[in-house]
Amino acid sequence: MTRVVITGMGWITPLGNDLETVWKRMCNSESAIATIDRFDASSFPTTFAGQVRTFDWKQYVKDASVHRAPAMNSQFALGASRQAWDQSGLGNFEGLNLDRVGIYLGAGEGVLDFSAHSLIDTHSWDVNDGKINPVEWANYASENLNEWGEVEQEPNMPLWHVAKEYGLQGPSFNCLTACAASTQAIGEAVSVLQSGDADVMLSGGTHTMLHALGITGFNRLTALSTFDGDPKKASRPFSKDRGGFVMGEGSGMLVLETLEHALARGATPLAEIVGFGSSADAYRITDLHPEGRGPAAAIRNALEQAGIDPTSSIDGKPPVQYISAHGTSTQENDSIETKAIKLVFGENAPNVPVSSIKSMMGHLIAAAGSVELITCVMSIQTNMLVPTINLDNPDPDLDLDYVPNIARESQVDCCISNSFGFGGQNNTLVLKRFVQEH
Amino acid sequence: MSPKDESIVISGVGLITCFGVGIEPLWKAMLEGRTGLHRIERFDPSGFTCQVAGELDEDSFKVKNIVPKSHRKATKVMCRDTELAVGAAADAVQSAGLTTAATSDDPPTIEPTSVGCHIGAGLISAELNELSGALVTSQKENGSFDLAHWGSEGMQNLSPLWLLKYLPNMLACHVTIVHNCQGPSNTITCCEASSGLSVAESRRVIQRGDAVLCLSGGAEDRVNPLALYRQHCTGRLTKTDGTGDMKTVVSPYTTDANGTVVGEGGGILIVESSTSCNNRNGTPWCTVEGIGCRQSFADSPLDADPHAITSAVNKALNEANCIPSDIQVIIPLGSGIKQVDDAEREGLTNVFGESLSSIPTITTIPYTGNCMAGNGAISIGVAAMAIKEQKIPARLGGTETPGIQAERCSQTDLAINKVLVITPSEGGQCVALVLGRINA
Repeated sequence: MTRVVITGMGWITPLGNDLETVWKRMCNSESAIATIDRFDASSFPTTFAGQVRTFDWKQYVKDASVHRAPAMNSQFALGASRQAWDQSGLGNFEGLNLDRVGIYLGAGEGVLDFSAHSLIDTHSWDVNDGKINPVEWANYASENLNEWGEVEQEPNMPLWHVAKEYGLQGPSFNCLTACAASTQAIGEAVSVLQSGDADVMLSGGTHTMLHALGITGFNRLTALSTFDGDPKKASRPFSKDRGGFVMGEGSGMLVLETLEHALARGATPLAEIVGFGSSADAYRITDLHPEGRGPAAAIRNALEQAGIDPTSSIDGKPPVQYISAHGTSTQENDSIETKAIKLVFGENAPNVPVSSIKSMMGHLIAAAGSVELITCVMSIQTNMLVPTINLDNPDPDLDLDYVPNIARESQVDCCISNSFGFGGQNNTLVLKRFVQEH
Repeated sequence: MSPKDESIVISGVGLITCFGVGIEPLWKAMLEGRTGLHRIERFDPSGFTCQVAGELDEDSFKVKNIVPKSHRKATKVMCRDTELAVGAAADAVQSAGLTTAATSDDPPTIEPTSVGCHIGAGLISAELNELSGALVTSQKENGSFDLAHWGSEGMQNLSPLWLLKYLPNMLACHVTIVHNCQGPSNTITCCEASSGLSVAESRRVIQRGDAVLCLSGGAEDRVNPLALYRQHCTGRLTKTDGTGDMKTVVSPYTTDANGTVVGEGGGILIVESSTSCNNRNGTPWCTVEGIGCRQSFADSPLDADPHAITSAVNKALNEANCIPSDIQVIIPLGSGIKQVDDAEREGLTNVFGESLSSIPTITTIPYTGNCMAGNGAISIGVAAMAIKEQKIPARLGGTETPGIQAERCSQTDLAINKVLVITPSEGGQCVALVLGRINA
């Protein structure tokens, strides 16, 4: 099978906008969760989030006028992809055939202008009919909505912006499978490379739902933490008193390349993607399958593709040395994910460190998986495991090694990254330290 | 045979359009040259410059009637887009002769973990009456909106599961639950290219051995004030109050083409390995012989790029191991958006040269409206039907379409071995598929 390596990566996150800063802060167990100041959320059940605060997308593009007025998700994507592209060195590779460079993103929709929409919707409400007057609604919309802002709502717009920035003209896809999107995008991008349809794929995710309607939606679902205390303590994956996820935002992007193409141009592989597993729960709209059927299938399929027996050992140690968990900090996810890991790894499970960076930066929704995969690459490069912070009150039913509170030095040659989406899509990637000869 | 060498067939077609559920009502209308476009009735469209759409009579399709009893409660959290996908999936499963969890208590035809699901979706627009009904509870006496009240009380007037209606992956989510598909499932969100790209992904998933059969396609509802307005913002809609001749309201490739209209609908195709289809004595409609996917380098996401179209078509032809003259029929997007029509014509001319004008096209949007994420599935379904029936349906639109055979005409019989389907999308994705006659 065609080998696929990562040759560039970048991220825009609530903890910072470059690889080194964010990595250092995670190793220092820092939290980026703070009071929301993008809109006045003080009366909302949830008042805090992992917010990207100091970021100017124009610093990351050649000519801002090409992009007109990108929505925030596209801005994040442009920032993260610039870092990845530059690190890969592809910008300086004169032999690059752009028809053979594709893009597969897991990008969310643009940011809804809640202020304008709430005005339009309420002003066009017909009290007598108990519904909107569509004629008045259309008139108010024409007066109050930014037309280009509505165009930027389409989930494939980040794809257009990024492809345009680098002239990418190969296969292009955007998927949106909620919280699993960017892991799924990367897995499918690997598959595109293995099918021979491209030499290089830029892949990852970008998303923000940090706006009034986004917070509203998740508050109504009772999926968000309403922690009453220091926001930095709010995201508590695997803790007994975990109370829901904390919203984050941002983007993670990676340059994926066939090994043959990377080596031919003298690129340095950062890690190798050796397995991808995908499954659907096909169970319920609101609940995960109680036995973790879907997540376990995704993990198992990914390891099988990688040729790894999860119950085996290498020099007395499990064949996987780190799991980047989906770890949302909801009661259900963390319990089911733990169950799925145990199902797959058997007696090895307690010896495989598992952590959730959502404890530090919140849940980046569609972008979460790509940022977490970059974390895995950094773990392999530095032999460090980032912690699950706020794990002061362990759940007795969750008895794996969650790397509580403090980063840990540990040899990491192989890791997996899990992402599970609302709606039952489950995706897992397997990553290995790059070794030229298997 | 290794999965990567598997040939792929379409073994079932399920469509839902303004003509109703199934390929048959659409095909019949197309043979008769009868458009489904009319002035919007679901809401008063007088405030919009485009007041025409391909609208499905709400009474003719009730999703509750086609889901198993166990899933009936969940229909309350389906948006229209999801209802359309669930309707098309039921039709596709029936068309392919499959037994699934939805059709009977008998064992399924295919092991659930080997059934994938790839359903293209759009930016789902909220039902305004539902959202606005909650928002007005936070309106101040002076008419302004009180965000503080919304946060503390107003939002309680939204259903707890409100958000789940509008996640694009809910189309696939409901379909996978109804039919118990536990293989890979994805939601491609690339506007008009979504369905074609979903078929591309289904093929890839089967050929890498992760499934043997996939429910694949897309669906979208644009007959909603917010969705219609968003299309208006692209400048791609024609201006019409619905009083003119509906057969020419969308006139692809004419010199005076001035825009498109929206629709609601889509399709689910059963994309299957030929081995699986043979083993279960299924009847394939056509083969998927080649697929090409490319990204536009146009200056605007609203423009199409002739180079991307040419490149995607060449890739699809190359994979199908055929030359341009092997193609008997082309189903382009044919939206009536002048810039996109022109790019399609130029991109196709780069491949077919002057012979382009002698290859008949089939254009679906003048019948159904542009169903965006569902559009490609409708085109592929019609292509499969044209191959099966060896027939070109009537075309609507204008009388002169320079350089491309897309002018108004009646149905004709034609020997069809290979059909090219192309969908360039808003946002710049382009997918081309070559479909072939079985045993041609």
